[in-house]
Amino acid sequence: MTEAPMTETAKPVAAPMADSTGMAYLETLPRRVITLYIPLAIFLFVLLFPFYWMGVTTFKPNDELYNFSEHNPFWISNPTFANINKLLFQTDYPAWLLNTMVVAVAATFLSIFASVLAAYAITRLRFKGAQTVGLLIFLAYLVPPSILFIPLATMVFALGIYDTSWALILTYPTFLIPFCTWLLMGYFKSIPYELEECALIDGATRLQILWKITLPLAVPGLISAGIFAFTLSWNEFIYALAFISSSEQKTVPVGVLTQLVEGDVYHWGALMAGALLGSLPVAILYSFFVEHYVSSLTGAVKE
Amino acid sequence: MATVLKPQSVSPRLATLSRILDHPTVLSVIFMLPAASILLLFLTYPLGLGIWMGFTDVRIGRPGVFIGLENYISLWYDGVFWLSVFNTLLYTTVATVLKFGLGLWLALLLNHSLPFKAFIRAIVLLPYIIPTVLSAIAFWWIYDAQFSIISWSLERLGLIDRYIDFLGDPWNARWSLIAANVWRGIPFVAICLLAGLQTISPSLYEAAALDGANAWQRFRHVTVPMLMPILSIVLTFSVLFTFTDFQLIYAITRGGPMNATHLMATLAFQRAIPGGQLGEGAAIATAMIPFLVFATVFSYYGLQRRKWQQGAADD
Repeated sequence: MTEAPMTETAKPVAAPMADSTGMAYLETLPRRVITLYIPLAIFLFVLLFPFYWMGVTTFKPNDELYNFSEHNPFWISNPTFANINKLLFQTDYPAWLLNTMVVAVAATFLSIFASVLAAYAITRLRFKGAQTVGLLIFLAYLVPPSILFIPLATMVFALGIYDTSWALILTYPTFLIPFCTWLLMGYFKSIPYELEECALIDGATRLQILWKITLPLAVPGLISAGIFAFTLSWNEFIYALAFISSSEQKTVPVGVLTQLVEGDVYHWGALMAGALLGSLPVAILYSFFVEHYVSSLTGAVKE
Repeated sequence: MATVLKPQSVSPRLATLSRILDHPTVLSVIFMLPAASILLLFLTYPLGLGIWMGFTDVRIGRPGVFIGLENYISLWYDGVFWLSVFNTLLYTTVATVLKFGLGLWLALLLNHSLPFKAFIRAIVLLPYIIPTVLSAIAFWWIYDAQFSIISWSLERLGLIDRYIDFLGDPWNARWSLIAANVWRGIPFVAICLLAGLQTISPSLYEAAALDGANAWQRFRHVTVPMLMPILSIVLTFSVLFTFTDFQLIYAITRGGPMNATHLMATLAFQRAIPGGQLGEGAAIATAMIPFLVFATVFSYYGLQRRKWQQGAADD
């Protein structure tokens, strides 16, 4: 607090006009600490604490896990890999990871393929009723899986794909295609139509235009849609819970929740290890493509 | 000779084919085909099938017959169903208000010039990216009756003398679930609203300040109206996904203690899949539709109306 006078003079330099609040230089440091840094620190603590707790629990031996009086629960005295070891070698966890990966990748590619074609047709070919189709696709995104899973379960059974990865690969696109199409429509609209007109005059076919002009320019959009679709598939729960019954076919979220609890015995260490390892692939992907996530999140909302 | 003729005889056909393919209408149909067939088969058809199933007594492994409104009549006299409706409305309302209040606050904080701003924004979004079920398991452990870290900390601080039974008491369990949902929802709201805040020109605030507006007035008359379009869409999505939430409840309480925390979605699952009563489950799921349509229309048009009044062009 003592350095407040000094920062007051330094502040205008630190807040150029590009700063979105514009008038931040009017604030003094003590005021900033109370109105900005302290609330922000509390927000960050609350938002991140469950992950810290997940990590700490994963590496704790059992005697520390269930004995708070002799060990400070916030820290680990003797870190151990026993929980991860148990998870990887005594459960079907590797199979769940593989299933989730296969389902997420396949559903993502299927959805992106269908969405690119649909979004291109709606925004560029401008067929009769294209606007209506665009609106219907947006409405399809508003149909929640919680309403669809019961009839879908009977369909999946009738099609003979119950308890296989196909049940998930074919049903995940129901929420991925509307999202990806909507996102890609926005990207395609932002590409100048003049480029395509030039190509049309030069005698290119529509397929050539899509393949050689529109798609290369829409690569950021494709990446955004792809990683978001992958994340949504990885996180999906209700379909995977309803359509899969045998342990070795399950996905990570379902497997961790249903297979690691034996009766009333909760193996908290292994449960947390499963949660941590299951989160890692998405977290790593996220760390590489933060900007794409943010743009697809906000892009889908902004239309 | 034949080898020379062959390409000549093929190329006109290919040319015709590519000309047909290049016709916008033909191409549109072909391009729409994959998306349309998947959505019609796995989204539109099950939506109708679900509504139909609600009028039948279909069970797992046994085709049902049409029984009219029987499922709905039995639900009407079913206390657990009405409790789940109450829970769903409570959960949606309270969680949405908290998510938007706190999310807007966080967005306003992040809109300041901050050191490591991009990094902070990136880690803020983590709860949204991490699979809900997996973070829900962490909450399950945080809410544990014997080993809750919250109880332990509060006891150490001398604020409580007995561990809180987070998930064993109906009201505690409801608030605990709402807290977990808010925790997961804040980043989504905050990052979306932050994107909206960043499009507001600083000159508007300066003009308002020169006209003598104080901080609250600047927020009320500049920030809020400018945020309204994006706010209405984020609100619509948030209400929709909170209302139909399933995984958080299923992971943390499975509707317990004694059905006290069932939402309509978890009750539908409970009755349909483990219970085998597909028809009754479908009826519960169908009963969500009117609420959903109302909530969506309300949150979308309720806020959009302001935009029309201001005469903004339809984007």
